[in-house]
Amino acid sequence: MHYLIEPGLWSSSPVRVAVLVGTVVAITSAVVGVFTVTRGQSFAGHSLADVATTGGSGAFLVGLNQFWGFLAFGVVAAIILEAIGVQRRRGRDVTTGVVLGAGLGLAALFLYLGTQQSNTTGASFTVLFGSIFVIQSSTIPALIACGVIALVVIVTLSRVLLLSSLSPEVAAARGVPVRAVGAAYLVALAISVSLSSVAIGAVLSTALLIGPAATALRIAKGPVRAMVTAAVIGVVVTWLGILLAYDSYYWPPHGHAWPVSFFIVALVVLAYLLTYLHRPARRRRPGLTGAPGAARPEVEVGA
Amino acid sequence: MSERKAPAADELLRLDGITVRLSGREVLHDVSFAIRPGEFTGLIGPNGAGKTTILRVILGLLPPSSGTVTVAGAPIGGRRHHRRESVIGYVPQKLLIEPDMPLRVRDVVALGIDGNKLGVPFPSRARRELVNETLRMVGADSFADKRVGELSGGEQQRVMIAHALISQPRLLLLDEPLANLDIRSAQGIVAVLAKLAREQQIAVLISAHDMNPLAPVMDRIVYVAAGRAAVGSSEEVLRTDVLSRLYGQHVDVLHVHGRVVIVAGEDGEDTGSPHDGAGQPDPVYGSGVA
Amino acid sequence: MFSGFMMNTWIAATIVAVIAGVVGFFAVLRGSTFAAHAIPNGAFAGAAGASLLGVNTLVGLAVFSIAGALGIGAFGRRARHDVATALILVLMLGVGALFISLGSQYAQETYSLLFGEVFGISPDVLLPIGILGAVSVLALAVIFRPLMLTSAMPEVAEARGVSPQRIEMVFLLVMALATSMTVPVVGALLMFSLMIGPAAAARSFTARPGLAVALSVAFGLITVWIGIAVSYETNWPLGFFVGVLGAAFFLAGRGWASLRGRRLTRPARTVPANAGA
Repeated sequence: MHYLIEPGLWSSSPVRVAVLVGTVVAITSAVVGVFTVTRGQSFAGHSLADVATTGGSGAFLVGLNQFWGFLAFGVVAAIILEAIGVQRRRGRDVTTGVVLGAGLGLAALFLYLGTQQSNTTGASFTVLFGSIFVIQSSTIPALIACGVIALVVIVTLSRVLLLSSLSPEVAAARGVPVRAVGAAYLVALAISVSLSSVAIGAVLSTALLIGPAATALRIAKGPVRAMVTAAVIGVVVTWLGILLAYDSYYWPPHGHAWPVSFFIVALVVLAYLLTYLHRPARRRRPGLTGAPGAARPEVEVGA
Repeated sequence: MSERKAPAADELLRLDGITVRLSGREVLHDVSFAIRPGEFTGLIGPNGAGKTTILRVILGLLPPSSGTVTVAGAPIGGRRHHRRESVIGYVPQKLLIEPDMPLRVRDVVALGIDGNKLGVPFPSRARRELVNETLRMVGADSFADKRVGELSGGEQQRVMIAHALISQPRLLLLDEPLANLDIRSAQGIVAVLAKLAREQQIAVLISAHDMNPLAPVMDRIVYVAAGRAAVGSSEEVLRTDVLSRLYGQHVDVLHVHGRVVIVAGEDGEDTGSPHDGAGQPDPVYGSGVA
Repeated sequence: MFSGFMMNTWIAATIVAVIAGVVGFFAVLRGSTFAAHAIPNGAFAGAAGASLLGVNTLVGLAVFSIAGALGIGAFGRRARHDVATALILVLMLGVGALFISLGSQYAQETYSLLFGEVFGISPDVLLPIGILGAVSVLALAVIFRPLMLTSAMPEVAEARGVSPQRIEMVFLLVMALATSMTVPVVGALLMFSLMIGPAAAARSFTARPGLAVALSVAFGLITVWIGIAVSYETNWPLGFFVGVLGAAFFLAGRGWASLRGRRLTRPARTVPANAGA
């Protein structure tokens, strides 16, 4: 047991902060992720994380609190995606890719300008991977508030989102503003992803968005069960990851902790793979699921 | 040429002189018909004739270039209309289902109650009972807990009928529900719908390109071809002269062992447009109110 | 700007733009945009690992990008394609994070692997890049027809004995090959931009495949040439110009398409074709 719970774990303030923020982030990401995976928008979710990170670099450059930079860029990117708004999955991915490319280009610029201003050569690493152990306590209330907001929006929209995903025509016939609902969801996704990127970095943001949700969708039926299962998986994976990262300080090579992102990512993928023991995969036929080259019978709403 | 009568009090739906122009092309011309409670109406015609356009106009998804749609006595203009949403239940042909969609059959049906509202419903026994009862009505209770992505075509149709049914519509609109089904499943669906029409006085408007599975239960036909419609009973509409005028070329209507087959005649025989015979009130074309 | 060592830069960037233009056209056609982002990022993680082990960086690049391609291809058959790509991506980056943290003084190399170091190209890199580029383009030319067939009509392809899954795997491997060589030049993140922006723009201007590939390459070349020139003068990173110019081309394409009355999607229909209008 000694090797699992290393000395000083619970009395360490960074760990307590990490657990608190990590829990909020995990729950929000998982619930939002259920809809992201179902709607086939994993790429958008990842791209928004990268673009949000760019915003953080920009904010850092002009001396603003990074958090607002993350949030602003994430939301603006979501609005752009919705405005250029292409309903077909493939066209949507290309648009997302272009927005991502522009965002990354800006990131390159901001990081470069940052090195001109001060000596921040490690910026690239932390920008990508974040550091859950180095969150400023002043931003914690804002982080939690944003997480709650995103969560509330998604839960409120959950039914109309599911109905729209199931059949946009039926939803439209019943008076659901399908396009507006999609836009609102994207903004909630942007908020959630911005929040997780600033806390744990873009890589982990994507991992916690997609992994627990995809895992839950394989094993849970029904919407409520899927969201709860995803949240539980996300939280467990985060806690374990924090624990192991803290412990790894004492593992070889001594005195150097392994990054928490590695542990969480590894655990997320492991959890997903474990579901294949329970539910072996059926080979998917092309043309059904939007695999590359598949002619998916997509339908759209609107005159 | 078409008689426009004042809407009768118990008409659930009435189309008057609906014309739709898309991209400069006239897709529907002067289509009129009405539907009363409990009537089982087939919207029949070949693919591309305009059936789906008619449905979209009724649902408010496509504004007509001219003409009016009246639902339960109140004229509908434009997109959203509360009355339409409460009177008409829509069953689409196909669902966009991914295998990992987190919806069971009973979840989909529950969405029919209030899936268009924001917020989360409070789970109650009453809701659950309503869902179960509706599932029983369509014969879907045996697979109520299956994921909606794992259903066969026929099972999916039943689920979507239940979804539309649970909000207690007075008119069910179904878009080609039988198109991809085998005969047995198709007959099952038709039986369910006929029972609903009979026992609960729910009107059914069902579009199909093959009328034969519907023939035993159809009260009336709206036959659509080349953007025009002929309305009436099977005997009135499914006749060589009527359909030839509709198609604008000679077709033969053959009755074979109780089934109806429509066969194209020789090319070029123009039997004139349905608009010949000026001034004569036409019982078949136009308002179609028998 | 055109002095001795800069010539290497021009040549390298030109080769990369050609490769990106050709590979990118197919990536956009097949909707493999996410994979086009994931594979170079995986390559980056591999380079980090190689550096840790003291092995040649290119080996790390190649191993991880090929592993990524194989993972996405195999995994994508059993799970949603974008979920598979996302999980492979974060897995590779997570491992990369581990390598970077276990290694030492890696920050500067991180930046250059992500965003490129095109101005520091040594001439002996040019030949391998050129050869690998030629091989990639050649491979795509060889499988051009099955590639187009499986992209447009996978069921028909299957009926004719062409396996969409196998073609997909081959394509991903070609993409891995192409990116593993180009990542040291333009960086992981920018290789992605170069593949997507110009190709997406080209598709808005023409539907003919041959012309679209040519346009895609042309846009890519214009992008890097302008980018290098301005970057040389301002010292701002090349990646910035590539990203922004790619987006500009894309928007121009969209504008052109809407001027001509076409939208990126076909006009909306609420039912599949067989149900009639």
